Amino acid sequence: MKLRLKDIAHGRSGDKGDAANVGIIAYDDEGYEIIKSHLTKERVKEYFTGVCLGEVERYELPNLRALNFILHNTLGGGGTVSLKLDAQGKTLAAALLRMEIEI
Amino acid sequence: MKEKIRIASGQGFWGDLIEAPYWQVTSGEIDYLVMDYLAEVTMSILQKQKNKDPKLGYARDIPPLMKRILPVCQEKGIKVITNGGGVNPIACAEAILEVAKELGISGLKIAVIEGDNIKDRINELIAEGSELSNMETGESIISVKDKLLSANVYFGAFPIVEALGKGADIIITGRTTDTGLTLAPMIHEFGWSANDFDKMASGTVAGHILECGAQATGGNFLGDWESIENFEKIGFPIAEAFPNGDVVITKHESLGGAVTIETVSEQLLYEIGDPAEYITPDCVADFTTIQLSYDGKDRVKMSGVKGKPFTPFYKVSCSYESGFSSFATLTYSWPQALSKAKAADRILRKRLEALGCTFEEFRTEFVGYNACHGAAAKAIDEDDINELMVRFAVRGDDYKSIDRFGKEIAPLILTGPPAVTGFAGGRPKPGSVVAYWPALLKKEMVTPVVSIMETK
Repeated sequence: MKLRLKDIAHGRSGDKGDAANVGIIAYDDEGYEIIKSHLTKERVKEYFTGVCLGEVERYELPNLRALNFILHNTLGGGGTVSLKLDAQGKTLAAALLRMEIEI
Repeated sequence: MKEKIRIASGQGFWGDLIEAPYWQVTSGEIDYLVMDYLAEVTMSILQKQKNKDPKLGYARDIPPLMKRILPVCQEKGIKVITNGGGVNPIACAEAILEVAKELGISGLKIAVIEGDNIKDRINELIAEGSELSNMETGESIISVKDKLLSANVYFGAFPIVEALGKGADIIITGRTTDTGLTLAPMIHEFGWSANDFDKMASGTVAGHILECGAQATGGNFLGDWESIENFEKIGFPIAEAFPNGDVVITKHESLGGAVTIETVSEQLLYEIGDPAEYITPDCVADFTTIQLSYDGKDRVKMSGVKGKPFTPFYKVSCSYESGFSSFATLTYSWPQALSKAKAADRILRKRLEALGCTFEEFRTEFVGYNACHGAAAKAIDEDDINELMVRFAVRGDDYKSIDRFGKEIAPLILTGPPAVTGFAGGRPKPGSVVAYWPALLKKEMVTPVVSIMETK
């Protein structure tokens, strides 16, 4: 069965220098198990091909049913230098929630 | 000791909803109003203003705001804490004193916290062995030290605690951490020890929830955003803090927005790195220990937060000028909107190349197609695109190239692909680029200075 991440999770993203942080939060425990097993850092890195040019770090927050991804080298030099429309990575959580996963 | 205190967020950044602090002090009971005005780029803007006029360099929204809220704050005993003093907290406090005089308020105590500004001490600090290397790249500061626009240490909660201890009604700081503004009144009211790291962490997490204003109460909520009521008069968050370190996040009932585990969780995840190591001058908070539960409608209780000792360093934020940039947009309509925008991009680049213009970066984005999400965006059949905005941006050290770029946009309308519009407002002008330099400094190298001014 295919599902879209947006149906089981929400999130928020922002900037940390030239890195973007993308937090993904599951609505329930079942959803957290799904994101924990499917949203690997490799999968996220591949998904953001051409956007994230550096490493992806992943952290787990089981207390909030959440994962936090740090996407390095993603914002075109960071907030004040960046030429990007989305210089602060504000829309990247929404982008990730569009991902479809097979469960 | 009070059983609880209510700390209300009034601003999430300089430019936030102007009415919010007024609503916070008039729509219900609060004890403290905290306002964060400073982003990384803000300090450089303020420094430029101060260079032109020594009476400026702080968030100029503050004096007119004070004129509106001071009588209410006086009547209700609400204390105001803000980092909007920027690079000139004294001038900010003097402007507030003037306002207080006009209003006929006597005996008002304003505390000013300084000592964070190290711009004029950089050479001395380097000579004394501080490296101030870039935290992200490891580069030495030597290459940029002579073109710094601003350089400030982030102080924590304790200078504010000292000011509260001296009886201040209003506290104006320079660069203080956003979280310290909220933690300080808890330490002051409940007598928490600086070594009680769980409590420091609890107040710090509360500060993180409050620091972006309505982002904790339904603003920018990526869950079911349509369920958020009354965005028009959205209530900013309020932290009800208890002596044992528990905090309830809530808002004034009569205002809009929502406080749910989902809205609070999104803000907790905002702009954090390793969640187990949220570093501030007051402690290292562990976000993986936060427990959230409901305590009624629009009330989320936060408990169980664990903290670790602070590090020996202050974070330093420097800014420096780094070349120029310019931005322009054009809009192409159906048919073949994307192909035409791409053709315009090719033509523009070739013309600039033929003129000998050089850029460090030349970026073209297709707004309405994939500008936000890049490769993650859904493919669209070109015939389904009704219109598309192409956004050009250039950056580099050569002013002439950046300036010429701005003169090559309008000509594309009559000398390029058809059905194009949306060029207005004159030629884009080069703007100066301010780059950011994060570093660390040993705490003993700087001392916060707290002074008190009083109306007669």
